[in-house]
Parts: sequence; structure tokens; C-alpha cells
Amino acid sequence: MAELGRAALIVTLGLAVYALVAGGAAAALGRRRLALSARNALVASFFSTLVATIVLVAGFLRDDFSLAYVAGHSSRELPLPYKISAFWGGQEGSLLLWLLVLTGYSALAVWLARKRARDLVVWVTPVLAGIAIGFTWLLVAVSSPFDTIPAAADGNGLNPSLQNPYMVAHPVFLYLGYVGLAVPFAFAMGALLSGRTDERWIVATRRWTIVAWTALGIGQLLGAHWAYQEVGWGGYYAWDPVENAALMPWLAATAFLHSVMIQEKRGMLRVWNVTLVSLAFCLSLFGTFLTRSGVVSSIHSFTQSAIGPWFLGFIVVAVVFSVTMIWLRLPQLRTSARLESLVSREATFLYNNLLLVALCLTILWGTAWPILSEAVRGESVVVGRPYYDFFLRIFGLPLLLLMGIGPLVAWRRASLRGLVRVFAWPAGIALAVGLVLILLGSGSSIPGLIAYTFAAFVLATIGHEFVRGTTARRALTGESMPTAFGRLIGRNRRRYGGYVVHASIVLLAIGVAGSSAYDSVVEGKLARGQSLSVGDYRLTYRDLTERDGANATEIRAVLDVRRGGDSLGTIKAGKNAYSVEQQVSNEVGIRSDPLTGEDLFVIAEQVNDDGTVFFRIFVKPLVNLIWLAGLVFVLGSLITLWPDAREERRLATRYVPERERADRTATT
Amino acid sequence: MSLWLLLAAALVVAGVVVVALPFLREPAPESDALHEFDAAERERLGAEEERDRALAALKELEADHRAGRVSDDDYRAVVGVLRRDAAEALRALDRLRVETGEGTRKDAAKTA
Repeated sequence: MAELGRAALIVTLGLAVYALVAGGAAAALGRRRLALSARNALVASFFSTLVATIVLVAGFLRDDFSLAYVAGHSSRELPLPYKISAFWGGQEGSLLLWLLVLTGYSALAVWLARKRARDLVVWVTPVLAGIAIGFTWLLVAVSSPFDTIPAAADGNGLNPSLQNPYMVAHPVFLYLGYVGLAVPFAFAMGALLSGRTDERWIVATRRWTIVAWTALGIGQLLGAHWAYQEVGWGGYYAWDPVENAALMPWLAATAFLHSVMIQEKRGMLRVWNVTLVSLAFCLSLFGTFLTRSGVVSSIHSFTQSAIGPWFLGFIVVAVVFSVTMIWLRLPQLRTSARLESLVSREATFLYNNLLLVALCLTILWGTAWPILSEAVRGESVVVGRPYYDFFLRIFGLPLLLLMGIGPLVAWRRASLRGLVRVFAWPAGIALAVGLVLILLGSGSSIPGLIAYTFAAFVLATIGHEFVRGTTARRALTGESMPTAFGRLIGRNRRRYGGYVVHASIVLLAIGVAGSSAYDSVVEGKLARGQSLSVGDYRLTYRDLTERDGANATEIRAVLDVRRGGDSLGTIKAGKNAYSVEQQVSNEVGIRSDPLTGEDLFVIAEQVNDDGTVFFRIFVKPLVNLIWLAGLVFVLGSLITLWPDAREERRLATRYVPERERADRTATT
Repeated sequence: MSLWLLLAAALVVAGVVVVALPFLREPAPESDALHEFDAAERERLGAEEERDRALAALKELEADHRAGRVSDDDYRAVVGVLRRDAAEALRALDRLRVETGEGTRKDAAKTA
């Protein structure tokens, strides 16, 4: 069976090389059949990669331990969902998943854009093929998932921290995001290669960018929830290099999604947009490099491998190629449109972009510093949490404020009087919230207080927007309030979907500020019957239990929880001992309060032979708003992504060549 | 030869056929040139983008003004510029259509 997997990958490599060479030749020489043939090769490369994927999944499901990768990441006892997720639990499988998503996206992207952007697609095909070659080469020549060994009786099992439901979905979403950024990058490069620097590449990739950005966002939130539940240190984001690796392209893509609106509305920032889309893609490659090369120490780097230099070479090629193309096409990208006022929608979007890119590059510097310091001084220096927290406040708080200001400022220019009128209510509400919070004692954290005040401002502007828009529509059409509300969103999906996404970011900010600036922690060693108090809670250690689970021995300390005079039941925290993997994992206890969004979070740090347990207990206010933000984020993205038939018809007319339009009119 | 090797060989053959398909379907086409936008088409596309941009900006300004997002003063300061831009974009498009004889083609198509 390994032969079929290996052959499928070799076929993928052959098809990708053909798509690159034939596609490039077809584009340069203007040959139609050759271009179609190259496109077919790219589409076919998805199916051959799918065959390789099926072979590897079958290897896991059949416990085929003659495959070294299966033997290294699975065992007979491993529950079925984790046998499937073990597919991407190691390096080779992760790379194969990357390739599968890449070829799948590529096939779909060139197919969907074949009519509207056909002369662009001709150039996009070789770019996507070039990226596919990089990954296929790694899988064929450097790190094959189909290496065989003499079959063992059982495998080594899967890293216990990966045996978590979130780890079934988190990497998939992350890769859908990382790889999805290859599509707008390829179209941008296709536009530069062909010299067609009009808006077609943006129109063709608008949804791809949002899909990739959404998937990357969901992937990060799933990862944060995994870290919160599984890693057992009491947090959800540790500025770990691999976590940063996913955040950076997301920030760059966020900047791109905003700046591209300025190009659409004003025809400005063309150079900036192709730069941002290239930055986002190169950062996604860098993220994969960090995760897979093992060059930095991270709880997420599950492998140390030899692919580092290859990957680094790949990133260098991508960077040099992008910079060269942008440089060569600079004259065509320049535009006559200018920023008319520093107080305008486009100006606030520009400020938003500068802050997002500054935050992204600051994180990049902190993430790359251990690698750079080791290369220069021979000693790896890790940048700590204070560095990142400082810059998050410096850049993040103004960004939060701009989220409320930007969408309400007029394009081109706005007067101070107009701004005062528009923002009077939201600013008043925000100030009132700030004052109430000070009176309630929230002034203990200044950044937290500012974050809450800004969050109130943004939520007030968003709420005001929905009310104002619905009222105006109702006055114009005479529709009922619910109908006017629904149609307001339906007719302006990008704008109102964007507002919903902004609301999700505000929820996230409130959750992060609440759980990090106002949390409480207590720790101590308890014997049975002893208690600890934290916040309003009192926890009494009652008992220690042990039972055999599917593939681990589960030890749990049981604690009675009381708040005020009321009993809130019990909470369990402990450890799992995995026999096959010979590893122990922390299993935290979490009690969520759905009304306040607060979590009581218990870690059994050390379970002693005499039955005593060393506990660390947190109270995390509002932390559940972070997870709620994820749901709102998905809702906002779906509203934005939902196709608008009128817009589609308008674009279809615009991008069909004149002679075909005449032919169609004639036939009808 | 094992079953897996046979399947691998079938995969290679399928790949070759898919790649060769455009040449098998059209062994001797009338024209093998790519359907690309010519210079006039690209100019038309640019003009349509300008027109759509100007009209969308005008529409958005009207909606923002109606909803109270844009004050009367701001509206008056910008609306004239946007109307001029829109009119200019429409005129440019009309000029292009006359130059390329599109109007004549459309009329002919309607008659047919």
C-alpha cells in the first residue's frame, strides 16, 4: 500500500512541475490548449494528492505499523477520532494535509475564476503549481509519510496533549487558513506577471481571503481553547512562537481586508495591497516553518526535523519573487488618487493598517529574536511576555478605538462638527461606562479600564449603526422593523457583516482584558478536608479517585465548591497516565458561570503518594466571552461571505469580453 | 506486480490522459490563441471600474446622509465632487463605446 501512496505523491510532483512549466509557457506564448492542459494538471494534482491522503488514513485505520509514520503516531488502543487526527499529528502528515488543502484550493480557485479572470488564471496556474512543487518535493524527497519499517506489534501512540477534541479540528482550520492565503497571493502575482493590475485579482480573491482569514481566526481560537483545557497552565495564549506564527498572517490579512476596500472605493493603495497579500502568504510559510522545523522551542513544535533548510529556501524564494514582481510593476501600480484629508474613512483605514502591520512586525521581531540571537551570538535569547503585552496595549488599544471610529467617518473628508454629531452618543455612553467601572473598582488596571471604555464605545457605535440604518430604511420603504432590519443586512452584507465581526473582536477584547487584568489566583498543598479560598469561592478537597479510561489511567482530585453560603457542586482536576505513550498529562477542572462568563479553573499540579495534592486555582472573569466571540466572528464572516446576486451579475457583465457580450445578446 | 503497483500505474495513465485532454479534444483547432482582453477591452474595463467606483461612492454617500452618518455640511462638501467623478466616468465610457463601435454592434445584435 505504501507504494501507491509514494506513487501518488510522485504523480502530484510530476503534474505540478508540468503545470508550472507548461502553464508558464502557455501564458508567455499565448497558447490556449497548453494553458488548459496546465490547468488540468493542477486540478488533477488534487486528486493524486487525495489518493495519497486516503492511503495514509487507511494506514491509520488498519493499524498498519509497517508505515513508520503510523507506527510513530498511533497505537491499537487509540480511539478512532484520534487515529484520524493522528494523520496530522506529526510532520509528514501535516505537510501532506498542507498539500491536500493547497491543491484542493488551487483546483477550485482556477476553476471558479476561469471565466471572469481567464487571462489572469493563465498566470495564476504556474504560481500555484510552484507553491505545490515546494511542498510535494518535501514529501517525496525529504520527509515521506510512506517510509516503511518491519511491522511492529503496536505503535508508539499519539502525544497525549494531542488527544483532545480541539486538536481534531484546530490544525485543520489553521491549515485551511494558512494555505488559503496562497490563493490571493497567487492571483496577486498572476496580476503582476500578466501586467493586468486592474481590480480583477481582488474581485477574484475577495471571498478566498475572507475564507482563509476566517479559518485562521477559528483555528487560533480552537487552539486557544485547547491550550486552556489541555496544557494546564491557566491561560489560553502564551505568546508562544507557534501561536505567534498563526497570529502574524492573520494580522497581515486583516490589514489587507481593510486596505483592499480603499482600492475598491478610491483606487488607492495598489502597491500596499500586493505587499500586504505577499506578506500574509510569506508569514503563513514562516508559520509552517516554525511549527515544523523545530528551530524554536515551543510546546507546539512536536518534531525536530531536517526540513528546516529546505523550508527556509522556499520562504526566501517566495520573498524574492514577490519583491521582484512588485518592483518590476511599480509604474503600473501607481495611481493618481491621493488622500484628500487626514480625517476621512480612507485615512482611518490607513491608520488601522499601520497599527496592524506595526503589531505584526513587532510580534515577528519577538518571535524571530531567539533564532537571530542564536545565529549572531550563539545563544538563543527568548523574548518574554512583557514585551508582547506592552506592544499589544500600545497598538491594540488604538486599534480597538479605530474600529468604532473608522466605519462612521465619511469617505474623502469629514468635518469636526459632523464627527461630533455622529459620535456624541457613543462617546457619552463610553464615558459613562468608564465612570461606572471606576466606581465599581475596575481602576486597578488602567489598560483594562481603557479597553472596557473603548469596547463600550465600539459596541455603542455598532448598535447605533444598526438602529440608524434600520430606521432610515423603514422611513424610506415603509417596511416593518424586522423586515427593514433583515433587508438592511441583506443588501449591505459586507458592511453589516463587518460590524458583526467588529462586535466579535470587542467581545474578545473584553474577555482578554477581564481574564488577564482582573483575574485572581491562589495555590497551596491540601490534604483531604482542607480548603482554599479564591475570589468569592471556597474549595474543599474531598477525595482522590482513580479509574481506567480508554487508553489512560485517570486520577482525579474531587473538590466541593461553595460561593457565599451556596454549594455549587463539585469540580474535578487531576492527571491522565498514558501507558503506551509513557506520558502524563494535566487534566484541569473548569466550572463556567454562563451568566457572568466567569470561570473557576483548577489545576492539580502535583498529586502525592500520601493523597495530598498541590493545587493552583484561578478565577477568570469574563473569559467565556472569548469563546462567544468565536461564534459571533463566524456569524459575521458568513454574512460577509454570503453571495449577493446583484453584485455577482454586475461583475459578470463587467468581466465578460465585449465580443462575447455581443454574441450572447445576439443569441437571446 | 502487486495490486498497489497496478493502481499506481493506473494513476499515472489517468494523469497523462487528463493533461492531454485539451489536445485530444481539439487536435487541429482553428485558433490556438488565448482569449485575452485586447488593449481596447482593458481600457473599457478600467473605465467600467471607474464608473462603478464613482457610482458606488455616490450611492453610499446618499445612504450615509439619509441615515444621519454624514452631516449636511459634509454631504454638501463631497457630493458635488462625487457627481462630477461619476459624470466624467460615464462620459469616458460612452466615448470608448463610440470609438470601439460597440453601440453599433449592440444595435445589430438586437436587430438579429
